Amino acid sequence: MPLKVEMVSADHTWWTGEALSVSAPAADGSMGVLTGHQPVLAVLRPGIVRIRPSSGEPVSMEVDGGFLSVDENEVTIVVDPTTEQDRPATGEN
Amino acid sequence: MAGSQRVYKQRIKSTQTLKKMFRAMELIAASRIGKARDRAVKASPYSRAITRAVSAVATHANIDHPLTSERTDTDRVAVLVVTSDRGMAGAYSATVLREAERLRGQLEAEGKEIQLYVTGRRGVGHFTFRGREIAKSWVGDSDSPHADVADDIADTLIAAFGADAEEGGVGELHVVFTRFRTMVTQEPQVIRMLPLEVVDGVTPPGADPLPLYEFEPSADDVLDALLPRYVRSRIFNALLQAAASELAARQRAMHTATENAEDLIRTYTRLANSARQAEITQEISEIVSGADALAAS
Repeated sequence: MPLKVEMVSADHTWWTGEALSVSAPAADGSMGVLTGHQPVLAVLRPGIVRIRPSSGEPVSMEVDGGFLSVDENEVTIVVDPTTEQDRPATGEN
Repeated sequence: MAGSQRVYKQRIKSTQTLKKMFRAMELIAASRIGKARDRAVKASPYSRAITRAVSAVATHANIDHPLTSERTDTDRVAVLVVTSDRGMAGAYSATVLREAERLRGQLEAEGKEIQLYVTGRRGVGHFTFRGREIAKSWVGDSDSPHADVADDIADTLIAAFGADAEEGGVGELHVVFTRFRTMVTQEPQVIRMLPLEVVDGVTPPGADPLPLYEFEPSADDVLDALLPRYVRSRIFNALLQAAASELAARQRAMHTATENAEDLIRTYTRLANSARQAEITQEISEIVSGADALAAS
């Protein structure tokens, strides 16, 4: 069962869809989320969030901070308002 | 007689010009309101995520955070009034300002000192005219608020809430704004934003209970990061609601104005017609009586 991922900021939904894995820069170090991860609420530090969708190219996005919540295979990444240049880039890494 | 006909013609002309303007403003408001509602909808996943996370922390951790605890060292309270930048929106600004004045009366009766924060030129004008001191104001984009303005407002207010009593710190924060219910009902609302009241451990019936979370790095750190964002998202939400309400109020006001202009034009046309008729009748009777006089002589 894939993860349901939603990446949002105050006025925008940046990315939403199903993914195999998500990696995010948590406060204590990079954190990877796979299906069946236990519920967690983590603060993010500036870094790059990478999402591997079920189909299609991987997505990566630079974030200035925010937090991530995992709850029964639903992953919500709340990022601080970012500029248009920071929009998710597909195809890299 | 000829004079009154000309006056009516002039009035019809000017009312027609006004009508065109009202119609244009109505259409502009109507086209923007969809966008404003859209933005409010777009912002809702964010506020839902934040609210959920805040209640998750509240359920599992012992909350003792500066933003949630009552302050007793100061009588000052901050009031944020959200108004519009432009008029032509019927009673929109008047309603929210009346609500703000009512809140002011109530707070002053409790012996509190008020520090005003205002968004929108209408509000700034209202309070400046009455000689009230405004701590800070934001103007310029009341009908399409930006997230960074909301962040600036929230940061200013959180800073005021966190400041020492001697340095002008405030003990409470109230927000007066207009909630957008439907296209025809928008109501002014007062909410107490700070200190936050976190309702903990209450799960609505039928909903799944929140799972046990692990916090990274710790519940307190998560809370530190969450609460300011929560305030920001609430303020941004208030601004978006107010923007949608403003546009809806403007659309309705302009619609009524267009109809009134049409009524006026109709009345003036009738008056102009009867004036013209009277003039003709007078001319005929003058000619006839002139002819009669000539024939008699």
